[in-house]
Amino acid sequence: MTTNPTTTDTVTEAGDHSVVLRVSDLRVATTAGDEILHGVSFALKRGEILGLVGESGSGKTTAGLACMGHFREGLKYSSGSVSLWPRGDETAVEVVELDEVAVRALRGSRIAYIPQDPALSLNPAMRVGEQISEVLDIHGFGSSESERSARVAEVLGDVGLPGDRVYQKRWPHQLSGGQQQRIGIAMAFAMYPDVLILDEPTTGLDVSTQAVVLDTIRRMTVANDVAGLYITHDLAVIREISDRVAVMLRGDLVEEGPVEGVLEHPRHEYTQMLMSAVPDLAGRKTIGDGTAGATASVEDVVDEDASDEHTTTVLMDSPLLQVKDVALSYGKAQILDGINLTLNPGECTMLLGESGSGKTTLSRCIAGLNDDYSGQVQLWGETMAPSTRKRTNEQRVGVQYVFQSPFSSLNPRRSIGQSLSVPLEMSGEDNAAARKSKVEDALDAVRLGRSFYHRRPGDLSGGERQRAAIARALVNAPSVLVCDEITSALDVSVQASIIALLRTLRQERQLAMLFVTHNIALSRHVADNLAVLNKGKIVDYGPTDEVLEDPKHEYTRELIDDVPKF
Amino acid sequence: MTKHTTTDTAAGGPGAVPAMEEDLAIASAEVPKASQTQYRPFVKRVLAQKQGRIGLTITVVVLAFALLGPLLLPWATGNSATEFVAKPFTEYGLFGTDNLGRDVLSRFLAGGLTLFVYALLATALGMVLGTIIGMIAAYTGGVLDSIIMRLNDVILAIPQLVFALLAITVLGPQGWVLVTVIGITHAPRIARVARSATLGVITEDYILAAEMYAVPRWKIIVRELLPNITGPLSVEAGLRLTYSIGYIASLSFLGLGLQPPAADWGLMINENRIALSVQPWGVLLPVIAIAVLTIGTNLLADSFARAVASTSVENT
Amino acid sequence: MFAKVIGRRLILSAFILLAVSLLVFGATLLLPGDPARAILGQQATPERLAALNEQLGLNQPAWQRYFTWLGGLFVGDFGTSTASGGPVSELIGERIGASFVLMLLAGVISVPLGIAIGVWSALHRGRRRDQATTMISLILASMPEFVIGIGLIALFATSVFQILPAVTLAPPGEPVWNLPLQLVLPTLTLVLVVTPYIVRMMRATMIEVLDSGYVEMARLKGVPEQRVIMRHALPHALGPVAQVIAIQLAWLAGGVVVVEFLFRYPGLGQALIDAVTYRDVQVVQAISMLVAAVYVVVNLAADVVGILTNPKLRSAA
Repeated sequence: MTTNPTTTDTVTEAGDHSVVLRVSDLRVATTAGDEILHGVSFALKRGEILGLVGESGSGKTTAGLACMGHFREGLKYSSGSVSLWPRGDETAVEVVELDEVAVRALRGSRIAYIPQDPALSLNPAMRVGEQISEVLDIHGFGSSESERSARVAEVLGDVGLPGDRVYQKRWPHQLSGGQQQRIGIAMAFAMYPDVLILDEPTTGLDVSTQAVVLDTIRRMTVANDVAGLYITHDLAVIREISDRVAVMLRGDLVEEGPVEGVLEHPRHEYTQMLMSAVPDLAGRKTIGDGTAGATASVEDVVDEDASDEHTTTVLMDSPLLQVKDVALSYGKAQILDGINLTLNPGECTMLLGESGSGKTTLSRCIAGLNDDYSGQVQLWGETMAPSTRKRTNEQRVGVQYVFQSPFSSLNPRRSIGQSLSVPLEMSGEDNAAARKSKVEDALDAVRLGRSFYHRRPGDLSGGERQRAAIARALVNAPSVLVCDEITSALDVSVQASIIALLRTLRQERQLAMLFVTHNIALSRHVADNLAVLNKGKIVDYGPTDEVLEDPKHEYTRELIDDVPKF
Repeated sequence: MTKHTTTDTAAGGPGAVPAMEEDLAIASAEVPKASQTQYRPFVKRVLAQKQGRIGLTITVVVLAFALLGPLLLPWATGNSATEFVAKPFTEYGLFGTDNLGRDVLSRFLAGGLTLFVYALLATALGMVLGTIIGMIAAYTGGVLDSIIMRLNDVILAIPQLVFALLAITVLGPQGWVLVTVIGITHAPRIARVARSATLGVITEDYILAAEMYAVPRWKIIVRELLPNITGPLSVEAGLRLTYSIGYIASLSFLGLGLQPPAADWGLMINENRIALSVQPWGVLLPVIAIAVLTIGTNLLADSFARAVASTSVENT
Repeated sequence: MFAKVIGRRLILSAFILLAVSLLVFGATLLLPGDPARAILGQQATPERLAALNEQLGLNQPAWQRYFTWLGGLFVGDFGTSTASGGPVSELIGERIGASFVLMLLAGVISVPLGIAIGVWSALHRGRRRDQATTMISLILASMPEFVIGIGLIALFATSVFQILPAVTLAPPGEPVWNLPLQLVLPTLTLVLVVTPYIVRMMRATMIEVLDSGYVEMARLKGVPEQRVIMRHALPHALGPVAQVIAIQLAWLAGGVVVVEFLFRYPGLGQALIDAVTYRDVQVVQAISMLVAAVYVVVNLAADVVGILTNPKLRSAA
C-alpha cells in the first residue's frame, strides 16, 4: 500500500473543486492567552472522510468546532482561516469572519455536527422528531410543513429508524444509546450538508452498536457526497471509516496523508509511537515499551508453568483461584449466573464483556467487595468468606484488586505514600520504617520511583496515578491481581505502557491476573485465557487463541466481527 | 433570620455553584494537562481571591471592635455602657445619647461581644450536630437514612426564626435558649449538605479500597471521608455563621434576645429606632456594624466555596 | 404515573404537617407554670383557676388535649388566646389578609425579577455587569432583613429623603391595601431580601444549562440565540430554581415577622411577636402551624413544576 508517500501536494492545489472546507494556519487560544492550537491546516473533500486523531488534550475537538466557527467558553479564535465552498457556489465563505447571523445560517445546514455523547446532546425535554424538524424549520427547508415532515420521516428511514409519527413523538430518554446517536446523525443529514464534523460519535457505545453507527455514517457520507471530519482517539475506527488521516499532538498537526500510508508507514515519531501502542486483535506486535521478544518469553514461561504445574506448585492439587457457580441477582435481575473460572499461578485470564455484562460485579465478588453472591470463591483450595472484612489476613493479601478509574481510587487528601501504606497497616506490618521501604519498593516496581512517596494524586497524571494504584495492590506481594478495566480511562499510549508494566510484573513476580475489560483487541496482548461474559453468563472460555480462532458462541463471533480490524 | 434554606438545594451554598462553572468550562476545553496539577492548600486558594482577602479583613476588623470594645471601657469614652450620662437623645460625646440617656459610643463598643459569642456557639453546635447526622445518614443509608431525612424535613418546615420564637415563648429569652434553638435548627440544614457531600465521596473508589483492606469503619470516616468533605463544610460554616449573627441580632432587635439593660447591637437598634431622624447614630452604628460583619463573613463563605470548587476540578 | 408521584408527595406532606403539629404541641408541655394563672393573674382564687382549667380542658392528659387541639385545627378552631381571652382564630383572621397581601406583592415582584436578572447575568457571564450583579446579590443576601429595612427607612423615610412613610399607620379596621404608599417600604425590603437568592440560583443553574451538550448542539444546529435560551435552556433551569423559589416563598411566610415588626405592619408577624412577648402560647402555636402549612404547600407546588419541566419524571414508568 505504498503508492504515494507524498502527503500534502493534493491538498494545496488551490483550484481543486473537490475541496469543500479548508482550514489554514488556524490558531486558537484560551481567553487567558495560552495557545491551544498552534497553526493547524487541513482540507476536507467531497465524499471523503478525514480522520483527525489525537489523545486527550491534543486540541482535536477545538479544531473540529472551529470549522463551524464555534469556540467553547474560555476559548477564542486568534488567527488563521476557515474557508467553506458551499454546494453550487464558486466563491469561498470565510467562516471565522462571518457575523453571528451568517454563521448561524451555515450551521446545521451547510456544516453539520454529530456530537460525542448523544445522551447529553439531545434536548431531554424535546421529542426527537421535533429536534430534527427544528433544523429544517430554522433553515427554511422546502416550502411547506408537509414537505418538512416528509423529510423528517425520510431521513429517519435513511439512518435505519422508523420514521412514523409514534416514533417521532418519543423522548430521547426512551431510546437506546445507539438509537440516540442515529437521531443525531439524522439531524445532521437532514439539510443535505456539505461538511460533517463528527466528534467521537461512537465513544461510549458498545462494539456492536459502534459497528452499526459507523456503517450508517459511512453509507450516508457517500450517498450524500459530504465531506467529513471524523475526530477520534481510536486508530482502529479511523482505519475503518476514513480515507485520509491527520494526527494531532498538543495543538499541532504532525502528520497528514492517506490512511494506509500514515498507519502503515508513520513518519512522525509520535505517530510511530501511537501506532506501536494500539492493540490489535491479531496480536502481531508487542504493545508498550517491551522488545519484540518480551511477549514470547512471557508466554514461554507461562506455557512451562501450565505444563508442569502439578510439579511446581507444591501447595496442593487445587488451582490458585477458583470461582465455583457464582451467581448473583437483585430482585428479578440476574446479574451473574453460574460463573466458573480457574486461575493458576502466573496465568492471566481476560474477562471480556460489554457494559452491563456483569464483569465488574464478578470481579468485585472475587475481591470481596460485593458479598451478595451465592457460590464459592476459593483461594488455594479454601473457600473465602464473601466479604473482605470476614476473610483471613492471608486471603485479603492474596487477592488484590485494582480499580478502573485512577482518578477515583486514590484519596486526594493523602499522599501516595500514606495511601499505599494502608494495605500494610491492615495486614499487620507495624513497623513504620518497614512499611515505608516496602511502599518505596513497590513504587520502584511500577517504575514511578520513590520520589512519588510524598506527592499527592492531584499532582499526578492519569497514567502515573494508575501506576500508583497498581503499586498499592503490590505492596503486600499478592498472588492474584484483579484488574478491573484499568486502562479504559487512559489514553492509548498510556494504556500500552500499563500493559507493558503488567507484563513485566507477571514475569518478575509470577503473578496471576484476572484482566477485566471490554476491549477484545487487548486479548492477545495480555491474556493466556479468555472468558467471554454475556448477560451474566460465560459463553466462551478457553485459551485465547482458541477462543478467537474458533469461537463457540454466536455472541463471541459477533464481537470478533464487529471490532474494527487493525 | 435569613433565608437559610436556599443553600439546602445547592449543596455548598449560594457561592458554590457560580464559582464552579468557570473552572469546569476551562476544564472541558482542551487545556494542557500540566496546568491543572498544581496543588495549593485551601487557605492559599481562599486568600488568592480578592473577595477572600476583603472578607477576611472586614470580618477581622469588626471582630476586633466587638472583642476589644468591652475591654476599652470606660477608659476610651469615660463611661460604662449602662451609666446615665445625659438626657435621652441629646448630643453627648461623639455619637450622642440613647433612649435612656446613656452614651451611644460606650454601648456600641460593649454591644458586639455577646452577639458574636452566641452566634459562634450556635454555629458550632449546628455544625457538630449537622455533620454527625448527615454523615451517619449517608454512610448507613437505607431506612435510617430515610428516617433521618424525613425528620429533617419536619424541622425544615418551620422557619428558623419562628422556631426560635416558639422556644422563647416556652422557655423565655435566655442566652442558652437562643444558642441551642438556633444551633438545633441549623443542624438539619447542615446535615443535608454534609449528607450530599458524603454521598459524593462515599461512591469514590478510595472509600471502597479502604473497605477492601478492611480498614475499621471509624478510621474510614476520619481518614478518608472527613478530610474530603471539609470543603463544603467550611462553606457551610461560614454561611451559618452569617445567618447566626443575623438571627441573634434580629431576635435582640425584636426585644426577644438579649434583655435590657445589656448593651447589644440588635437591642440598641430596637431601643433607639424611634429617634432615627433626631439622633440616628444610636441606630446607624450598630446597623452598619452588623451589616459589615455579615457581609464580611458571607464574602468569606463565598470565597471558601470558590476555593472548594477549584479543588474538585483538580481532583477529577 | 404523574398522579402517583403527586399522590406520594401529598402523603409525605401530610405526614410532615402531622409531625410538625406534634412538635409544636409538644413544645407547650415544656412550659413552666400554669396557663390559667397566666391568664387570670397572681390574685386569682383557686376556684376560678379550677373553673378555667376545666373550661380550657387543662385537666385532661396531654395526649387527649393534643387530639382536641389537632381536631380543632381542621375546623378552624385554634383555641383561646391566653392574653386576650378571645378565640385565636378571630385574632388571626383579622391579620392574615394583611400579611398575605405583603407576601403576595413581594413574591409577585421578586420571582420574575430574580429569574430575569439571573438569566441576564448568566448570559453575560464573566463580564463587568455579571460580576457587579453577583457582588450586589452576595452583599444583599448577607444582611439580616431588619438591617436592609432600616437602611431603606433611613434612605427614604427619615434621614436622606422623606418621601415614604416609615411605619404603617392604618386606622383599626382599615385594610392595608387602601394605603398603598405604606406598603412600599415593607414590600421593597422583602423584595431586596428574597430576590438575591433567586438571582444567584438562577444564574448558577442557567450557566450550568448553557454549558450543557444540548445547548451547544442547538447552537451548532444554527438555532437563533433567543430560541436557544427560551426553548432549549430556560425550561431546564426552571425546575431546580422552582425549588429555591419555593423555599424563598416559604421563608417569606416566616420572615415577614421582622419586617412587620419593623414597620409596625398590622399582620400575623406583628401578632406573633406580641404573642411571644406575652407568652401567649395558643397564638404562637397556631401561627407556627400556619407557617408550616404554607411551607408544605409551596414545596408541593415546586415539586409539580419540577415534574412538569422534566419529561423523564413525567413519563417515568
